[in-house]
Amino acid sequence: MKREQVPQDDENLLEGKTREVCYAVDEKGDYVQVLSSGWEPKNTALIQAWEQIDEEAKEALAQIKAGHASPLAFYMARCMFDIKLLSAYTAIPKRKIKAHLNPENFRKLDAATLEKYAEAFSISKEELICCPDVTAALPRGKQDEPVHGYSRHNGDA
Amino acid sequence: MTIDFRHNQSAHCENGSTANLLRYYGIDINESLAFGIGSGLFFAYLPFIRINHIPVTSFRPMPGMIFKRTAQTLGVKVFQKKFRDREASMAALDAALAQKTPVGLQVGVFHLAYFPRPYRFHFNAHNLVVYGKENGRYLISDPVMETAESLNYDELMRVRWARGMFEPRGHMYYPAKIPSRIDLPAAIVKGIRRNCREMLSIPLPFFGVRGIRYVAGQVKKWPDKLGEKRASLYLGNFIRMQEEIGTGGGGFRFIYAAFLQEAAKALNNPRLRELSQEMTAIGDRWREFAAIGGRIIKKRNNEQESYEAMSAILAEIADREQHLFGALKKSVS
Repeated sequence: MKREQVPQDDENLLEGKTREVCYAVDEKGDYVQVLSSGWEPKNTALIQAWEQIDEEAKEALAQIKAGHASPLAFYMARCMFDIKLLSAYTAIPKRKIKAHLNPENFRKLDAATLEKYAEAFSISKEELICCPDVTAALPRGKQDEPVHGYSRHNGDA
Repeated sequence: MTIDFRHNQSAHCENGSTANLLRYYGIDINESLAFGIGSGLFFAYLPFIRINHIPVTSFRPMPGMIFKRTAQTLGVKVFQKKFRDREASMAALDAALAQKTPVGLQVGVFHLAYFPRPYRFHFNAHNLVVYGKENGRYLISDPVMETAESLNYDELMRVRWARGMFEPRGHMYYPAKIPSRIDLPAAIVKGIRRNCREMLSIPLPFFGVRGIRYVAGQVKKWPDKLGEKRASLYLGNFIRMQEEIGTGGGGFRFIYAAFLQEAAKALNNPRLRELSQEMTAIGDRWREFAAIGGRIIKKRNNEQESYEAMSAILAEIADREQHLFGALKKSVS
């Protein structure tokens, strides 16, 4: 890759927080570090991964609406936790987490347990309890301005 | 309390932490040298180990290897520690900082506050250096970030105790003893030889050049075997591993090519510069492979841009890398 070929395909996936170092050759053929704000194929692959997560979160949401699952299912999908990982973070036994995926059991949970779950997902207890909105699916680029195009950016930051 | 530590941005977190720490102790080394001496170039495709139902692909050795090997090869003694207790891990960090020692840490990125959100997966083998503490905030040189960052006690403890695969368990490290003389050329030769061995001689079909050839054989079967949707997810995952933050482009091939230029200078061996050019050309092929993959995922590919075509590029890359590492091995023997 030549220096002038280093792509700058910014799709706000780095959220303006940084650019990444690429290695490319200059006119003399010597390697130099060049900063890049993104490259389309890799952006595409990353967006695809989030769309997949988004899809799983929406499926969980449908389950919740139908009364088959608790809000835990949604946040697990959105935050990419399986039962094993959630158990590791919260120190709640896997068997209990499975039980808490049932809406009836979830409703009876005490504040301390809810707090543990909320902390693992980096949300508030209130957010965890109230049935999540579909637009709350995935992280978005910046807090205030909607990011062009991708629905996965919409909603709760 | 701050240590006079220079934050240098790098492509990859582990090379970057390694190079920044060693440079603090006066070893004149940059990212690509650290990468090459640590024999960082690799390929692995593990069809039987899946994350989110997708086979694991890696363009680098196991996390921690690059630092370990680079330090060992240069004769640097390393202090390393993992912990049972969270508070103890933070106390040990504070104690080292009080001695004016910059400390390398392994952390998870999922809860890493300053990291771009779209990149915050449950990945626990990220590396950074803490070089001070001011007003209760830890000063952080994260090699992939353009500028220095900071985290408070709870934020830092949280990422040091991320859970899941590659749990850091507070893992901290720093160079403990620097040899009085560093033999850079010898270290470079050692790093190159080890890398040739790993790319050419692991007797399993999933690693090194054999691994690339194996995937070449698989890719063309994906659409029929998995269906369009899953085939495209496999493709996306592969491209992410190849181009994700930290690879410097082309699955680390360009960083390695940069290393070969440095090696050519240090060893006064012009052949290595030629091989660097060859590596660059191979890196460009990896990029073309990803570009086609991206268009397939977006369904914007033309007729020639198929899984078959991608498979052919990989087979060609495998041949070219086999040739390159063979020639490289000869050039340093």
